[in-house]
Amino acid sequence: MDTNKRFLVGVYDDDDEVLAAVKSVRASGIKVHDVYTPFPVHGLDKAIGHPRTRIPVAAFMFGALGLTCMFLLTLYTMALDWPMNIGGKDFYALPDFIPVMFEFTVLFTAFGMVFTFFISNGLWWGVKPVIFDLRATDDKFVVAIDTGANRKTEAEIEKALRDTGATEVNIKEVVEEAA
Amino acid sequence: MSHVSAVVRPPLVTGGKSYHDITEDVCRQVEGKPTASWKIVFGISSVVLFLGTCSVFWTWWDGLGNWGLNKTVGWAWDITNFVWWVGIGHAGTLISAILLLFRQKWRTSVNRAAEAMTIFAVICAASFILMHAGRAWLAYWCIPFPNTFGSLWVNFNSPLIWDVFAISTYFSVSCLFWYCGLIPDLATIRDRAKSKVSKFIYGLLSMGWNGNTKTWFRYEYVSLILAGISTPLVLSVHTIVSFDFATSVIPGWHTTIFPPYFVAGAIFSGFAMVNNLLLIVRWTFKLQDYITIEHIETMNKIITVTGSIVGIAYITEFFIAAYSGVEYEQYAFINRAFGPYWWAYWAMMTCNVVTPQLFWIQSIRRSIMWTFALSVVVNIGMWFERFVIIVTSLHRDYIPSSWAMFSPTIIDIGDYVFTFGLFFFLFLLFAKYLPVINMAEVKAVMKSSSERFPYKVKPGKSTGEKVTE
Repeated sequence: MDTNKRFLVGVYDDDDEVLAAVKSVRASGIKVHDVYTPFPVHGLDKAIGHPRTRIPVAAFMFGALGLTCMFLLTLYTMALDWPMNIGGKDFYALPDFIPVMFEFTVLFTAFGMVFTFFISNGLWWGVKPVIFDLRATDDKFVVAIDTGANRKTEAEIEKALRDTGATEVNIKEVVEEAA
Repeated sequence: MSHVSAVVRPPLVTGGKSYHDITEDVCRQVEGKPTASWKIVFGISSVVLFLGTCSVFWTWWDGLGNWGLNKTVGWAWDITNFVWWVGIGHAGTLISAILLLFRQKWRTSVNRAAEAMTIFAVICAASFILMHAGRAWLAYWCIPFPNTFGSLWVNFNSPLIWDVFAISTYFSVSCLFWYCGLIPDLATIRDRAKSKVSKFIYGLLSMGWNGNTKTWFRYEYVSLILAGISTPLVLSVHTIVSFDFATSVIPGWHTTIFPPYFVAGAIFSGFAMVNNLLLIVRWTFKLQDYITIEHIETMNKIITVTGSIVGIAYITEFFIAAYSGVEYEQYAFINRAFGPYWWAYWAMMTCNVVTPQLFWIQSIRRSIMWTFALSVVVNIGMWFERFVIIVTSLHRDYIPSSWAMFSPTIIDIGDYVFTFGLFFFLFLLFAKYLPVINMAEVKAVMKSSSERFPYKVKPGKSTGEKVTE
């Protein structure tokens, strides 16, 4: 069953305005669905109430995995499977393997972290984005408010948006496919 | 107010641009038809690429005997060109990663093109690895995989294997970093697209980006961490390239100064190439308001610094050779400067140490013509540096009867030309079909660093305040 969600979409012209607006709209008891901006507006994540991201933890884990993989690969190939005397060095000549272990740490961190980011934010090739206003990737700062999730009437929400500097308030219906 | 900067800082975006102007100015050439000048230059680089491809084909078909190598000089133009191209690539990562960590806002309008340059330069460098492997189809032997050749693994003690891992990691991480930065801008183009084809292509590439808060918030973390890991990565790559030489026992190569000296040289030549490319890009795409004289001057300052580091390294090498008391080392350096390849040595000295010092003069530093010319000179000098290190160290072997000279063949030249064709072919495609300036990042620094928005710190005040005229 598909459900229609009705959103009030406030369009702002300025990043400082939208930041102040989100704070005051939320303070007046209106739940904000999300804010769409053409560039990162610092402080907006706190204003909207997002928790701290754990992406750095994921990055560290992937890095540790890469380091371990290369440690084990060099150990297995150079010291266990086919030990060879190369220039009289130890079979496991650790300092020689630091460059490749470092490279694998970086490689795993980068790809692991970025793909974690893609998956956790629903970014993937071919995904159809929910777009409340096409200008949100150009020069407008768009606040979407789910009317169904709020007790206040649409008129009250619209007033709250207009009062905080929204230049336009539009209505957008989003069809959500039921899982 | 979060957007503050000192009044003494010149604006990074001039011409009173608004957020929308940035989108218009950058998307214009992506959305428009290719211009006549683009077509002409693209045509020329395609022809050059074709001629070079014939040469590379012949290198692989008929073998490396087509190069001017001999028993004494076993590495010459191939490795010279490889190191040269990798070095050029380093500036892109420096701009996108190291300058991000240092919060240098001027980076925002040059990083996209510089990173693209990195990727294409590394492709050119990699093509020399494949060429010099002789049988490029066996390049997969560098990968440690279980095989039936006698349970033979790659030798992880070898700097050449470190190099395989370093270059491939560098290339893939640079591509990833570049692509991540492109996603928001690709979404901008998708949302403006008129035709079905571009809606589909840019829609696919932008991965459903819509600029919501959580994604931006995490995106900034991802960029920061990518910058954090790319910084040691870029330093490690040229360090490992220098290990190809420094871990050997050839006099002239076996020196501990190589890693920092190679890294400085890489950044030096890379910034010169960024200068050359951006001067053309800003002129052809009319982006003078984004890539201003301030940007060019800043890059020239970096060229002066790194050029001076390289100069000190040359002198230190000479001094250490004398001070070491090792006569082989001393001979190698005397031979570099006064032997049969003296002209290469003095070309290197002039182009890398002397001429970049002209950038101490502000009018030269801010002149487009001088910048362009001196940047070309820097890259000529840096090519000679690698040639001097490689060929003059090899050409005097241990026994005088093996002494030899190197002269390039037409195929040597053709293979070098191939990489120029490839580089400009790829760069022109990038410049036409992708946004050459990172729109999202430039918009993010507009409040603090553009002419339009009058947020400035008033003298004598610690906090920012809106200044109204």
